[in-house]
Formats: sequence, structure tokens, C-alpha cells
Amino acid sequence: MAKEKKGVRLDHISKIYEDPKTKKPFYAVKDVNLDMKPGEFVTLLGPSGCGKTTILRMIAGFESPDEGEIYIGGEAVNDLTPNKRDTAMVFQSYALLPHINVFDNVAYGLKLRKFPKDEIREKVLNILKLVEMDGMEARMTNQLSGGQQQRVALARALVLEPGVLLFDEPLSNLDAKLRVTMRTEIRKIQQKVGITAVYVTHDQSEAMAISDNIIIMSKGHMEQMGSPREVYYKPASRFVADFIGEANFIPVKLEKKHDGKADIDVFGAKLTVLDYSKAEEGGEATLVIRPEAVKLADSGQIGGEVSLSTFMGSYQYYRLLVGGQEVQITDYNPVNRKIYEVGNKAFLDFDPSGVYIL
Amino acid sequence: MAGKQSAELERKKFFADPIMVSTIVVLIVFLLLFILYPLLMLLIDSFIVNGTFSLDVFRRVLSLERFRKAFTNTLVLGFIVGICSTAIGLLFAYVEVYVKLKTKILERLFGLVSMLPVVSPPFVLSLSMIMLFGRSGIITRTLLHIYDSDIYGLKGIAIVQILTFFPVCYMMMKGLLKNIDPSLEEATRDMGATRWQVFTSVTFPLLLPGLGNSFLVTFIESVADFANPMMIGGSYDTLATTIYLQVTGAYDSTGAAAMSVVLLSLTVILFLIQKYYLESKTAATLTGKASRQRMLIEDKSVTRPLTFLCGLVAVFVLLMYIMVPFGALFKLWGRDYSLTLKWFQLMFKNSGLEAFRDSFVLSFISAPITALLSMIISYLVVKKKFKAKGFIEFVSMLAMAVPGTVLGIGYIRGYANGLFRTGILSNIYGTGLILIIVFVVRSLPTGTRSGISALRQIDKSIEESAYDMGANSAKVFTSVTLPLIKDSFLSGLVTAFVRSITAISAVILLVTPEFLLITCQINEQAEKGNYGVACAYATVLIMITYSAVLIMNLIIKHFGTSRAFVEEEA
Repeated sequence: MAKEKKGVRLDHISKIYEDPKTKKPFYAVKDVNLDMKPGEFVTLLGPSGCGKTTILRMIAGFESPDEGEIYIGGEAVNDLTPNKRDTAMVFQSYALLPHINVFDNVAYGLKLRKFPKDEIREKVLNILKLVEMDGMEARMTNQLSGGQQQRVALARALVLEPGVLLFDEPLSNLDAKLRVTMRTEIRKIQQKVGITAVYVTHDQSEAMAISDNIIIMSKGHMEQMGSPREVYYKPASRFVADFIGEANFIPVKLEKKHDGKADIDVFGAKLTVLDYSKAEEGGEATLVIRPEAVKLADSGQIGGEVSLSTFMGSYQYYRLLVGGQEVQITDYNPVNRKIYEVGNKAFLDFDPSGVYIL
Repeated sequence: MAGKQSAELERKKFFADPIMVSTIVVLIVFLLLFILYPLLMLLIDSFIVNGTFSLDVFRRVLSLERFRKAFTNTLVLGFIVGICSTAIGLLFAYVEVYVKLKTKILERLFGLVSMLPVVSPPFVLSLSMIMLFGRSGIITRTLLHIYDSDIYGLKGIAIVQILTFFPVCYMMMKGLLKNIDPSLEEATRDMGATRWQVFTSVTFPLLLPGLGNSFLVTFIESVADFANPMMIGGSYDTLATTIYLQVTGAYDSTGAAAMSVVLLSLTVILFLIQKYYLESKTAATLTGKASRQRMLIEDKSVTRPLTFLCGLVAVFVLLMYIMVPFGALFKLWGRDYSLTLKWFQLMFKNSGLEAFRDSFVLSFISAPITALLSMIISYLVVKKKFKAKGFIEFVSMLAMAVPGTVLGIGYIRGYANGLFRTGILSNIYGTGLILIIVFVVRSLPTGTRSGISALRQIDKSIEESAYDMGANSAKVFTSVTLPLIKDSFLSGLVTAFVRSITAISAVILLVTPEFLLITCQINEQAEKGNYGVACAYATVLIMITYSAVLIMNLIIKHFGTSRAFVEEEA
């Protein structure tokens, strides 16, 4: 449906702000390079203050980069104002115009582009159908539920057939259930119209569910870019491993490296695991174990005392005290398995070829 | 490096919007020409004699006994009025927010009392004060048989100013009290404090910066007030009246300029303290929204005296306003209370119609200009980033601290012989245009202030979304911003109209016989002792302003869709 899908390229982009208290400049975004293919769905993910929204606003044109150049569809756009850029944004607060109805909200951009009346009508009705809001044209926006406002905001952006669609935490004002529904919707519609999309969120499950590629940001710089699978199974740093999903970090000694694997010493037990670390042989490394990748057993190499055991419905949540450190374990669907109680002795049970060191 | 590229890009983007750029340029020229330049001329006049720097003019002015007296008079008056207005305002606000009122009557009375000073000309209270307590006063002479009552002087001005200004304090205090979280007081009460201790240890300290704020605002108003001291001051001259007399009586406009500089410094210093010190403090102590409804005080030992006091003041204020139409309908005040229309007839015979026409037309032209200008300034200040923004905001707010008399003298010195006495623009002097400009400048700060607070309530992303969809700044302003704040725009329009048609301090110095203004007529008639005619003028004037406000309320009620939106936001 989009006239032309456009790629987005950020070329050594930095943004410098001044600390309001100390008056010292600091990098809100530092040297970000990014090359998005047309039609791709990319999510900027990170904690608040990591610079993700700043990047999005620079692409839209609300902020200007201090270093580097932004390209949309191959065209350098640094000195274009937001109204001259081929982007459309879906705002966190939806930003629907409260004084006009749904139809006029969606038609607003088309009217500015001086489309003939009939064509505006046709386009608006089509797009409202796409977001399942047909029949609501005459409503005022404050008569809509959060989810409906979200749909109108999406329709309003889509109807302009922009080269790039921008999302600024669009689901953060919805309740948990609706969030899940809407993110599936957004992904479905994006696939259907085949539009390039940049999406900003701090919710990692949202990012996983919706994106072709995820960019994990921390303190203004890119930590990692990759598919959801890549960033989950092969995190580039401890920050990424910690931010995407849950993880236990256990200090280990790296004894020997060999073709992508490593022999390690963890609390006296000898294991061979995947090696993503930069550590030297004989040095320190960190073993990363996802809580769902490990279970408790009566015997094994690494043992300890259960310090917490809580029934959570879909899983039993444990903490095991091993070598002075607590390891979290989520044992899914524990219907016919032994439940360990606080104070019990237990051992970690996991497949060494599925875990890695950083 | 730091910020350089983005600054460059922002500049480029800024200049890509020619409508906005030219708006800003026009605005800056306007502010320079009609606010800063006249004040600059006053400084030049008082410090530069024959092209060299000199303090001679100041020395001369300071040696005037009359001036020194006026200076102390002004300060004494300001203090009394500031303190009393704040106290009465606090009392009213406290009763409204904290005390359970038995009837709706008192609430309505409060509403009326707080609106009356807005719609009435500044000196109406002086007029009725004289009619109530003057030598032929209905209370002093007719009821109490006091024949030598002297209401003129400090006493009279102070009472009149307090009654005029306390509603402003009341509105300010009301806003602050509503922002105090009731659970703070409940917590202290729970820890064993009595109601009085809660007030002294929690409510009052929290309000303190706000009280200071209200005191200074009233102080500035009192010091800048011209009409009331003129009418009821008698021999008690203030700076504002002394300046006026220095020009119109002593024909000494350089001396008046020096006096104006003194008065201006006084108000500007107070204004700066109020704006940059107290306002931020108030915001710092009272930020949160009340978390829930307050439990109102029902204890009769508290409610009875408080409501009695408030009721007394409110009834007194109402009585004062009711005096005005009666003053116009009685044959001879103090002697013969039979009804007559002769004062109205006399008014129309004495070119009353022309006065109404001129006042009305000039205010009618200036009101939309003021309203639009203040909305544009607010929009630029709140929503845009550019270098001259601080300047625009500061100068348009500074105008609030410039007393009308000072502005009037500034215009005389600045435009009578053209810009810098070169003759350029001298042709606007003595025309209706300069009166319109004065009206605009005098109402601009109030409009801008309310525009700014209305715009701050609108989520920034609503305008950004329009911008993102392809609208330029002018389109965003007309298709999004203005419709969203149309209530505020409309009330700004009416306020500007009312303020203009009731203005006197600056225009009385600039008006030429070509134009007759109602307020100047009232002043003239009252000075001559023709209270009947003065009251007739005032009655019609109040009717005009009151209907303007009524029409505005009607329009807002029926067409103000934005109301629902603003409430939702809040």
C-alpha cells in the first residue's frame, strides 16, 4: 500500500544535551550507525534515558543530530523540518486532535496534501476498515477507549502512506491484555501494508513479539542489533543478557578455549559450555544461565540449599543458594515433578551445551 | 563540537518557516517600539541633559518636597493595601475551600464579588465611597448626621484599593489552597494537632511564598493605580498622581520622566522579586494535586465567625456597586432622593454618545489585536524554541510591571516629536492609533499569562503530530492550537475589551480633544463634583462590560467544546 517503502540509515549519529544541573554536555546518543532495509520492522529497546526516543525524534525531525547524517530512502534529511519528511509518527499519548472527530483526524494530513474530497473520503474509510474502526468516523476522540484511540492514531499515520512509520512507545498507556492484542495487530497491519517501521519501547516482550530486528540501547549507544532470537540466545554483553529475559550470572574460571567452546570451573565443577567471551585462558568469565533453562534435581555437579520456593501458577519459582550466590530457577508446568521446599538440598540440572559464558 | 551541528540544523529548520520568522520579527519590532523604547526615552530624559550624562534632573526632582512626600505616601499605601488585600483574600479563599457553607448564597456572592472588579472601571469604588461616606454621604450625612466627614486621603484610597484588589488575592489563594493535599493536614491532625495548630504549622507555612506573591502583586497594583488616588486622594498624592500633575499642571515633562523612572524602578524591582523568586518557590512547595476530597470544617465555632466576616465584606462591596446606578438616578445626592433621569439626559447632552462611541470603537479594534497577539506570544513561548524567545517573554511580562502613568509619559516623550525626536512616526501621536496601541500594550501581559497557562495544559505531542503530518507552524497554530484554546482566546478577547474600555491611567495623558473617552469623562465630571453625571457614565459603562462578559459566557457555554477536553487533561 505504501507508495514507496523507504530504508532508513543513521550515519554516525550523536546527540548532545546539556545536563540541566551541572551544565555539562553529555551524549544522549553516541555514534549510532544503523541501516534499515525498506519494509523492515526495527525496534529500539532499552531502559528509560537510553536515547531510544531521541533517535526516533531525530528521524522524525523534531530533534537535530549533533554529529552524523540521517538518510530516509537514500535522501539526506538533516535540514528538513518534520512536515517535509516522509515519516508518520504514532505518539505515546496518541496525540489525536481533541477538537475534531475521528474522520477529520485521519483526514487531517490528506487535506494538507490537498487531495480531492472524494479521494480523501475513500482513503479514510479504507484505512479505518483496516484498523477495524469502520463506523466510528463521527465519534469525537474523547469518546473512544484507549485501544480505539490507538487504532485511530495508527490509521492517521498509515493513511499518509509514509515511507517510514515511527512508533513512540505506542502501547504504554494500555492495560496489559490490550497491549498484547494491539502489538499483534500492529505487526499484522505492518506486514500487510509492507511498510518500514521504527518502534520504540522499553518492554522487551513487546520488542520480541513485533520486530524483525531489535536494537538494544544503553546510555546512548547501541549494545547490540539482531533478530529477537539472536539477542536472546547470543547476547553481546551482560547488559543485553540481563535486559532481554531473566538471567543468572555466575562467576567462573575459564580454563581452556577450543573452537567456540570453553572448559570452565564453576564452584569446583568442570563443564564445557559455549564461549562468547573475550576472556583469556586462565581468566575470569561469567556463566549465563536462563532461569527456565535449568531445573532442580536430587543429584548433580553443582548443589546447594533451596532458599525460596514459590508456586506461581504456570511455574514453580526457586532460589538455590550455591557458593554464596542465589540462582533463580523457573520450573514450568511442574505438575508431576518433585517440589523442593525451603531448606532442601538440591542440584542444578541443565544442558551445558545450551549455556554460555560472557 | 557540542551542540554545534544541531544548533546549525535547528537554525536552518527555523528559517525554513518564513511565516513564523516574519511573525517573530514583527513581534520583536512591536515590543521594542511600544514597550522598551518609551521606557528608554524616560531614562534618556532623566539622565542626559544637553547630550551629556547628568544627574541634574534627578537632583531637581528629589529636592521637591512634593515628590518626596508622594514617594513615602505611595510606599505606605502599597504596604497597607498589600497586607490587607492578602489577608482578606486569604480569608475568602479559606472559607471557600475549607469551610462547609450552609447555603449556596454565599458561594454565589463570592463569585459575584470576585467578578465585579474585573468588569468595573477602576474608580467606581471611589465614586461610591464618596457617595456613601463623603460630605453628602448617604451613611455619614443622612444616617449618622455627620456633616464634616472626610473620606478623602489615605483612609479612602486604602479602603477603595483593598476592596478593588482583594478579589485578585482571593483567586490566587484559592488556587493554592486547592493544591494542598488534604492528607498532609489530616496527618498532622492525626498526630494530635488542633485545627488552629494545623493552620499555623502546615497550611500557613505552605502558603507563605504564595502570600508573599499575592502581597507583591497587590503592592504593584496599588502603587501603579492612578484613578483612585486621583479621585479620592484629596491632598494625599501618590507617585502616579504626582507624575500626572507634573505634566498637566507644571508642564514639566522631563521632571515627570525622572519621577516615572523612580516609580518604574520600584514596580520593576517588586515584579522581578515576585516573578523570579517567589513564583518558583510557590511552585516548589505546592506542586502535587490534591489526592482526594477535603473533609470540610463543619464546627460551628469556626464556620459562623468566618462566614459572618466574609459575608460582611461581600455585602459591603455589593453595596458600593449598587450605589453607582442610584447615584445616577437620584436628584441631588445627600439632599433630595427623588428619582430622575436628568443626569442621563445631561450626560447625553454633554457629548456622552460620542464618548461611548469613541471608547467602544477603540476598544473594539484593540481587543482582537490584543487577544491574537497574546495567543501568538504564548504559542511561541510555550511551544517553540528560538533565540529571541526569552526576550519576547520577558518584555511582554515586563509590561505588567509598567504603571500606566509611566507608559503614558514614555509615549509623550517618545512619540510627540517622533522616534528619538527625529520626527519619524510622530504622525501617530495624538491619533486614535496610539490609543489603540496603548490599549494593546496595557492588556497584553494578562492575555499572555492566561494564554501561556492554557497552552501548557495541551500535550506537546498533539501539535507535534500535526507538524509531523505535514502542517507548517502557521497551519498548526490555526488548525490545532487556536481551536484548542478558543475558550481562553475568547476570554482574552473580552478581558482585553473590558480592560481597554475601562482604562484611564495611560490614555488620560495621551488623549486629544478629538477623542472622547468614557473614563476620562467620568474623571472630569467627578472632579467637577458632578457625581450624578459621573454615575450615569459609570452605570452605562458597567452595563457594557457586564454584557460583554455575559455574552462571552454564553458563547463558551454553547460552543466551547474545548472545555471538556481541558478538564479531561487536568
